[in-house]
Amino acid sequence: MALAGLARGVTAPRLALWSRALSSTTPTLQGMSNFPGANSRFVHELNLKRSIDNEPEPCYQIMNKEGVIVTPDEFPSEISQQNILDWYKLMNTTNQMDQLLYNAQRQGRISFYMTAYGEEGTHLGSAAALDPEDVVYAQYREVGVLMYRGFSLKNVMDQCYSNSGDLGRGRQMPVHYGSAEHNFHTISSPLATQLPQAAGAAYALKTRGKRNCVICYFGDGSASEGDSSVALNFSATLDCPVIYFCRNNGYAISTPTKDQYRGDGIVSRAAGFGLDYIRVDGNDVFAVYNAVKIARERTIAEQRPVLIEAMTYRIGHHSTSDDSSAYRGMDEVDTFSQDTPISRLERYMTNQGFWDEEKEAELQKTIRKEVRKEFADAEARLKPSMRHMFEDVYADKPARLQRQEAEMHEHLAKYPDDYPTNLHEA
Amino acid sequence: MDLALTRDANACIFGEDVAFGGVFRCSVGLREKHGAHRVFNTPLSEQGIAGFAIGLASNGCTAVAEIQFADYIFPAFDQIVNEAAKYRFRSGGQFDCGKLTFRAPYGCVGHGGLYHSQSPEAQFAHCPGIKVVIPRGPVQAKGLLLAAIEHPDPVLFLEPKFMYRAAVEDVPADYYTLPLDKAEVVQEGSDITLIGYGSQLQILKAAAKRAHAELGVSCEVIDLRTINPFDEETIAASVIKTGRCVVAHEAPLTAGMGAELSSTIQELCFLHLEAPVKRVCGWDTPFPLVYEPYYVPDTNRCFEAIKETINY
Repeated sequence: MALAGLARGVTAPRLALWSRALSSTTPTLQGMSNFPGANSRFVHELNLKRSIDNEPEPCYQIMNKEGVIVTPDEFPSEISQQNILDWYKLMNTTNQMDQLLYNAQRQGRISFYMTAYGEEGTHLGSAAALDPEDVVYAQYREVGVLMYRGFSLKNVMDQCYSNSGDLGRGRQMPVHYGSAEHNFHTISSPLATQLPQAAGAAYALKTRGKRNCVICYFGDGSASEGDSSVALNFSATLDCPVIYFCRNNGYAISTPTKDQYRGDGIVSRAAGFGLDYIRVDGNDVFAVYNAVKIARERTIAEQRPVLIEAMTYRIGHHSTSDDSSAYRGMDEVDTFSQDTPISRLERYMTNQGFWDEEKEAELQKTIRKEVRKEFADAEARLKPSMRHMFEDVYADKPARLQRQEAEMHEHLAKYPDDYPTNLHEA
Repeated sequence: MDLALTRDANACIFGEDVAFGGVFRCSVGLREKHGAHRVFNTPLSEQGIAGFAIGLASNGCTAVAEIQFADYIFPAFDQIVNEAAKYRFRSGGQFDCGKLTFRAPYGCVGHGGLYHSQSPEAQFAHCPGIKVVIPRGPVQAKGLLLAAIEHPDPVLFLEPKFMYRAAVEDVPADYYTLPLDKAEVVQEGSDITLIGYGSQLQILKAAAKRAHAELGVSCEVIDLRTINPFDEETIAASVIKTGRCVVAHEAPLTAGMGAELSSTIQELCFLHLEAPVKRVCGWDTPFPLVYEPYYVPDTNRCFEAIKETINY
């Protein structure tokens, strides 16, 4: 597989985990400056560079909008028809789950929800290229990655319902998933905080001698946070095996990318920090797969970070608290709705002759049944026991906290009818 | 830290300028002894140091992160308060970053001005999920730091930098720990309880000595040691016995730890109090350079507070 798009910062692969680049060992050449800050040559003509003169980074694509593989040599040969069917089913499962939970929020049955419409391809393509032991840090719109690893519909519904089945014990808002079993660190609302954490996690994998990497997802808006720049810098200087995966979907809530940055997207920042990089078509599940696969090989073999920018479009509203028609035209949404990762894969499958309308209808019916059953079950479960409110603040409960817990229970005993304690497990 | 690195092969020490030994010489020789991959410099970013430390600690490594001055911990405030402190709780106990310790020099140093003098402990005491620990001298520093490093919760360990060179004690060479959930009665007394922590302890001890010499007052001096969550039992037992209390810290008065301590004492010891709980603190101003002698709660101010509380 020849992937020319992934820029290569060093020519010789460095296989040792702990080899470190030391600028002081770089020989000083004739006509070169010897300032410690950069290894550069002198020029004698004044040239204030224009960043807008740079050609935008190209976007790597294998499969076009019609579901046609435009570069057959690039197609990942190890991916079987069954793999593709599994991906397709999972993408549709998250899509139907999104529709149901979005409506459930509209009916007041859950408090909040965020759909992933249009970005399912970035989830599946990247998740499939990883090893289950690779550690995942996510923002909040990456549920397909977690489900690819085995997080069930039940797990999703339980978390959104904050019921007794929620692994997070009902403490966080809906869509804040996490699973130690699936090496997926629990999502938190503050944006970009997970980026420097991912660098630390990757350093830990290296310290522990693991041949694995970390993948860290974030949006184009998050990339403006201080933590994002810091993370790219830390991961490069500390030689961390981490893949930073940016979902550039055009919007951060109402803010279009023209108000978010003036450079060439997010990918152009990689070279500035010394990361390898590639921009990829996020609606092409095979292109995403290839990019993550080679990034994974590179980051583990050479212990240097990689940045992937997946270009896509946020088809749904930002969240259930947002009406996106207030800031963007529906014609724009309609245009992108014609070319989703799901529809593109469906066209591919149809072109290849192993998919038709009958199979499509049957699949949608099966998924609908499954999603509805898990939804009903989750709704029927009680909320977690009240004791979980005071646990896990610290490893052990401090005396001061024990006193507060006792105080709350005494209070509830005095006003038993004013609180919904009957909704909770004992 | 040498013993911690020796004991735990997955322990790392990092921050700004720690590789050559640190700007306060706290990590001298550690890189040569334990390796460049375990004792290393980071880029100059506190939020990066904190986030990186959380990632290490939540993936099986022991992380001892240095913030060069406590004054510069605020860029890391989000990572510490929203992330480190809530990591275990929000994941339902699936993940935690308990193997994490932040070390930061804090407090006045004679000429530190606004940004080399601050005592930010109260900012973090208001945050459930992180423990805040401050030692009063070398023996305490070693025992409490080793306890903090092996403790299963993230700990912010503030070191009184005024004492880095000033304090000399015989410190046991072996590995030992001191409890993180206990205040210590460092001097028993019967007339009044004095509560403080860090370098304020030596000021309180000096004020207690003077009160005994000049007023014949017997002071009980308590080192809080762990600021959050603090040991209310030891404090309450003492104030119930003495009936009077002075709390002192360098940080500004308003919403400082003194407020939490005196409020708790009022709740737990109301019937035993013979006088209002007196707070002797920094004034509610930024920490000033040339005015430092008038700003800090020195021995005179502590002595005066004892006198006032005794004569109430």
